[in-house]
Amino acid sequence: MSLRGLLRFAACLALALPALAFASGRTPKPEIIIANPGHCVEPTEIMRRNHPQMLLHQRDLTVHEGIRTSKYSLKGCVQCHASKTTGSVLGEKGFCQSCHAYAGVTLDCFECHASKAKLAGATP
Amino acid sequence: MSAGSNEGLSRRGFLAISAATLGGVMLAPGIRLIEIAAARAPDQPASGKVRWGLLIDTNKCEPGCDDCVTACATENGIKSTGHPRTDSQWIRKVELKDMRSGRTHSLPVMCQHCAEPPCVDVCPTGASFKRADGIVLVDRHICIGCRYCIMACPYKARSFVHQEISDQNPDVPRGKGCVEGCTLCVHRVDRNQQPACVEACTKAGHNAMIFGDLNDPHSEIAQRVAKYASTQIRADLRLDPGVHYQGL
Repeated sequence: MSLRGLLRFAACLALALPALAFASGRTPKPEIIIANPGHCVEPTEIMRRNHPQMLLHQRDLTVHEGIRTSKYSLKGCVQCHASKTTGSVLGEKGFCQSCHAYAGVTLDCFECHASKAKLAGATP
Repeated sequence: MSAGSNEGLSRRGFLAISAATLGGVMLAPGIRLIEIAAARAPDQPASGKVRWGLLIDTNKCEPGCDDCVTACATENGIKSTGHPRTDSQWIRKVELKDMRSGRTHSLPVMCQHCAEPPCVDVCPTGASFKRADGIVLVDRHICIGCRYCIMACPYKARSFVHQEISDQNPDVPRGKGCVEGCTLCVHRVDRNQQPACVEACTKAGHNAMIFGDLNDPHSEIAQRVAKYASTQIRADLRLDPGVHYQGL
């Protein structure tokens, strides 16, 4: 790389640096309210990336083979993550919807599945 | 202290074992307090050795009583949408009358959980399937709502959901665009409980419905089917339904 190229690169980097520094602040982030922190079935990083695969795997086991373990069940997710104010994982600040709306990913689960936690002692 | 707690534990263990044994003891031939043989852990898949079935005694079924239908609706969250002609119907009461003798029958009809289900044969996506233990279900994740199974079923046991649904029972997901039908309360069966309709019938004191494993020679249902004449609706179709009727 010639000296002029190197200088141009340094100038570009100098211009870009402030922008990079402000990048985290300028990007809107979803507001994720965790009702019961620290009790999830896997670490947060694994959950964020892999929860669809976990649910997909579990749903086939449950529907076709009748395996109803609670660890990766959607019912379990809703039971723990339902908002303390609305009792649901949906809604503007709901645990599922807030992030799915931000990421622009359709959330089909709750067209059929209950989005509200079952209250203790309530009859089905 | 440690000796005491050990003693307590062993006593508790003994009590648990005696309770389990007592539960397994037959109250009468074929009638057990707890069906230990049928008990299955939540992480175990449904067994192909089991064939769940119903025996419905039409002589005991009370005309005009629809406790089973109400219990089904409550358990599975089936509510009227204001369109009675297209509302879901998992179970219905049928009143029959022999015009010559005047004899009347009253009986509930639901998915007959065939051993050779035509709904499974026609399903283009594999959504309609028979579980290893004989329960015929719809996998709503795969159902495209084509309704071939509704046409194929000779018992008119399946319904299509036309309206959006909210406030489902967490154990019974239901939604618009899918076909559905009696699941034999599979979520309850997996918890070693009886279907809601059977429980309601027993609670009402009619005892017209018995649920159990047709393959287990010690179960009440298998013994009753072996001892008394029972029929399957449209037995001529040779679909071998899991629902048997007595006195029809």
